[in-house]
Amino acid sequence: MGKPNDLVQGTLGLLILKTLSLESKHGWAIAKRIQQISNDVLQVQQGSLYPALQRLEQQGWIRSKWGETETGRQARFYSLTAAGRAQLEKEREMWSRLSAAIDLVVES
Amino acid sequence: MRWVDQIRKTIATLFRRQQETARLDEEMRFHLEQEIAERIQLGASPEDARKAAMRDFGNPTLLRDEARRGWNWGWLETLGRDLRFGARALMRSPGFTVTTIAVMTLCIGATICLFTVVRAVLLEPLPFQDPDNLVMVYEHFRSNTLGNPYNEVAPGDFYEWRAQTHGFADMASYHYSSLTVTGDHGEMPEMVAAQKGTWNLFPLLGVRPVLGRTFREDEDQVGDHHVAILTWSFFQRRFGGDPSIVGKTFRMAARPYMVVGVLPEWFAYPDARTQVWVPYSDGETYENLHAHDNHNPFVVARMKPGVSLKTATDEVSALQYRMHMQYAGKPVAEDVLSRPMIDDVVQDVKTPLLMMMAAVACMLLIGCLNVSNLLVARGAARQKEMSIRGALGAGRFALLREQMTETVILCGCGGLLGLLLAMAGTAWLKLHWKGLPRAAAIHVDVIIVLFTFGVVGLTAVLAGLLPALSSTQRGVLEGLKDSSRGSGVGVSRAKLRKTLLSIEIALTVVLLLSSGLLLKSFVQLRTTDLGISGDHLLTLRYNLPMEVYTKPEQSLAFSQSLLERVRRIPGIESAGLGSTVPGAGWDGDQVFIIPERPNYESNKQPDAIVRYADPSYFATLGIPLIAGRVFNEHDRLDQANKVIVSEELVKRYYPGENVIGRTIVIGTDITNKKRTYEIVGVVGNTLWRVGKPTKATTYFPVFSGNTGYRSTLVVRTSGDPLSYAVAIQKEIAALDPQLPVVDVLTIPQIVGESTVNQSFSASLVLVFAVLSLLLAGVGLYGVLSYVVTQRVPEIGIRIALGAQRGQVLGLVLRDGLRPVVFGLVIGVGGGISVGYVIRSLLYETKPLDPIVFAVMATLLLVVAALASAAPAWRASSIDPMQALRTE
Repeated sequence: MGKPNDLVQGTLGLLILKTLSLESKHGWAIAKRIQQISNDVLQVQQGSLYPALQRLEQQGWIRSKWGETETGRQARFYSLTAAGRAQLEKEREMWSRLSAAIDLVVES
Repeated sequence: MRWVDQIRKTIATLFRRQQETARLDEEMRFHLEQEIAERIQLGASPEDARKAAMRDFGNPTLLRDEARRGWNWGWLETLGRDLRFGARALMRSPGFTVTTIAVMTLCIGATICLFTVVRAVLLEPLPFQDPDNLVMVYEHFRSNTLGNPYNEVAPGDFYEWRAQTHGFADMASYHYSSLTVTGDHGEMPEMVAAQKGTWNLFPLLGVRPVLGRTFREDEDQVGDHHVAILTWSFFQRRFGGDPSIVGKTFRMAARPYMVVGVLPEWFAYPDARTQVWVPYSDGETYENLHAHDNHNPFVVARMKPGVSLKTATDEVSALQYRMHMQYAGKPVAEDVLSRPMIDDVVQDVKTPLLMMMAAVACMLLIGCLNVSNLLVARGAARQKEMSIRGALGAGRFALLREQMTETVILCGCGGLLGLLLAMAGTAWLKLHWKGLPRAAAIHVDVIIVLFTFGVVGLTAVLAGLLPALSSTQRGVLEGLKDSSRGSGVGVSRAKLRKTLLSIEIALTVVLLLSSGLLLKSFVQLRTTDLGISGDHLLTLRYNLPMEVYTKPEQSLAFSQSLLERVRRIPGIESAGLGSTVPGAGWDGDQVFIIPERPNYESNKQPDAIVRYADPSYFATLGIPLIAGRVFNEHDRLDQANKVIVSEELVKRYYPGENVIGRTIVIGTDITNKKRTYEIVGVVGNTLWRVGKPTKATTYFPVFSGNTGYRSTLVVRTSGDPLSYAVAIQKEIAALDPQLPVVDVLTIPQIVGESTVNQSFSASLVLVFAVLSLLLAGVGLYGVLSYVVTQRVPEIGIRIALGAQRGQVLGLVLRDGLRPVVFGLVIGVGGGISVGYVIRSLLYETKPLDPIVFAVMATLLLVVAALASAAPAWRASSIDPMQALRTE
């Protein structure tokens, strides 16, 4: 389970939105965070983040701002918008329904 | 509005995409650096760290592209690429490109230009405020099943309607009157055409005077108010355009009238003859004003917003029915009818308008077929290219899109240039088309530009889709095989090309024939219509009172010195005298006897309109002398007994004979007083009224003593004829201060053209016809040129094998002319049916006019032959060696 293509379609967006729901982060931090939380199970191909981020931003779910990192470098920080928060809720609900359904099938 | 926001973002990123790309790169670089740094921290060597990080990250270029796709302007890049590619492809065949763009420019330009004119002149004939809400209300007698159901209204009825209507916002009324203006300032007294209008008429129409104001309500009460509003032409003519006129008085109907306002120049409602407006109640008694039995006035109403015309009319109908019952015994109608004012004014314009629109559509279609045809030919030429590209994996949709892009480029360029052409065209028309009605309203605006976009889109689809489909539909192998065979012309494509050409020719023929018919009517109207020439003509009528001018010599002396005086006024080119001018009415006719053929049946006796004319009448009006001479000084004598007849009289009663010197006998059976007249001249036909059939006319010398009652002075001026009116009136006043002048009018005022006339539509249709002929020629030329280019190897072989030049010439010509003949046959069929559809517009022309048909068919064949000749000539002079080498 390493390649993004192996992730269920659209899941990457959900992961990003969830990750950003607590605080704004730059791309690398997002990638790290996903990896960390999932105990290295979800190894998103890091570069795939960027197309996803661009898409989410065009959708108006996240916005970006250039800011300074702890090391003093310029980086782009992404944060959730109100629409993004709503979208996150919607996708989360869909995901739990989906995973519950898969559970049912797989565990029966 | 998320999607609005999204579009905004897309556009924003579009303009900042260089910047955005740089940022994205920077972001990715930062990510990699972080990743490398972390790995080094965990103990990897810098080199390994970098490799591992890169591996984890993926292909940056691919990812960047993927990210950019998120910006939503990928389609734009594709479009840009398509456009560039299309432009390059078009640049490779400049001849084709230039021809096509020229065709598109011509046809889109003409369409827009004429649409602009038609829209201004025909679609907006009422320059009133919010004209869609104006309606005319008429009384309607239910018993009247014959004739016009729209009857004028009784003033009493109108007042009751106005007082009680809820459905209409307001109602106003007006009616014709004729008033005598007497000279206060040394001018002649004259009779003027006046309109009496209710005080609220101008506010209701939304017309503001250029000077002063309109009537006040209190001025429209029975009593001695005596106020007047002048029309522009009367203001200019009688008062020299003096801006301080408002508040001054002039004498009319023996009372001083105060001028309260002057109407704008364009205001020619209800007709162009009107000189002055007075209040509705002017000179009326209360009883007259509220009478229910004289039906004279017209009623115009403005609809209330939200109330339907039917509801409002029903209400007035109910009211009218009550009045009908109330005033039993008086002619009070039991019902009312209403119709939009626009219909009232534009009744006669509807058919020409529809016809014009049809002609526009027809021409545009011809243009599209033309381009379509060129594209089919081009598609054939590019068969090999298409096949190879298909073989290399280009999808059919991609090829289709690409071809459509090319068409869009062509049509877009054509549309753009066409718009410029249309702007230049309308400007030119406004400048040069004298007498074009409502020229000021003609302008190119946003609607026209939008219309252009629509036309371009439509033409692109019409012209492009068929050829694109046809050139991409065929199997790759087949195409390759076909094109390497050398003939190049796929059979199905050749068929398509010929079909398109035939349809194009057929449409052209229809357009040519209908415009030919209209053109013939136009020529009929021009030559017989009125029969006079020149626009700088002014007419003034006066009646020498019999009580004062008891002897013919007195009239003669008066008229002679008047003419002399008038001719001395600077700017007067010529002056003549007659009883009536063409277009001004019938004015009497008389039967006559041809001595050589005395035995006509009594109801078929020769009969002619009677006119009186002095020697310079004909020259001043521009009536041509066909044979013999006009009158001279000696003919004035009573005993001279000379007559001049019109061409129509000769045609009708002396066909093919020389009439000069022949005699006619005039006299009625009642008096039995017969006199013999010698015919000394034949002049061109004139018309007593526009659109009425030509009548035989006889002219007698104006001073022969036969003239008693009515004279019309005609002058030809070098400038605006109305500006000479005062000077001429002063000369008349100097001779006889008591003589009232009637109807100081120009010819257009007499004829009363205000919106549109037949010559206007005929000229427009002529423009269409010439353009479509041109388009057909260009199309034929273009297509044949391509075909010849394609058949070069084949023709080369033919020549090499001994074909004669004439044979090759014939081969190509036949190829070109066969679809033309086919189209011609179909087109003539169509033309005949269209001729019957438009026959109400035709004037003395039959829908099946053999001359028109012959001329138009010949014209088309000549153009087609010329268009085919050049390619055919080129084909016949192909050098066989060269042709075979290119194979």
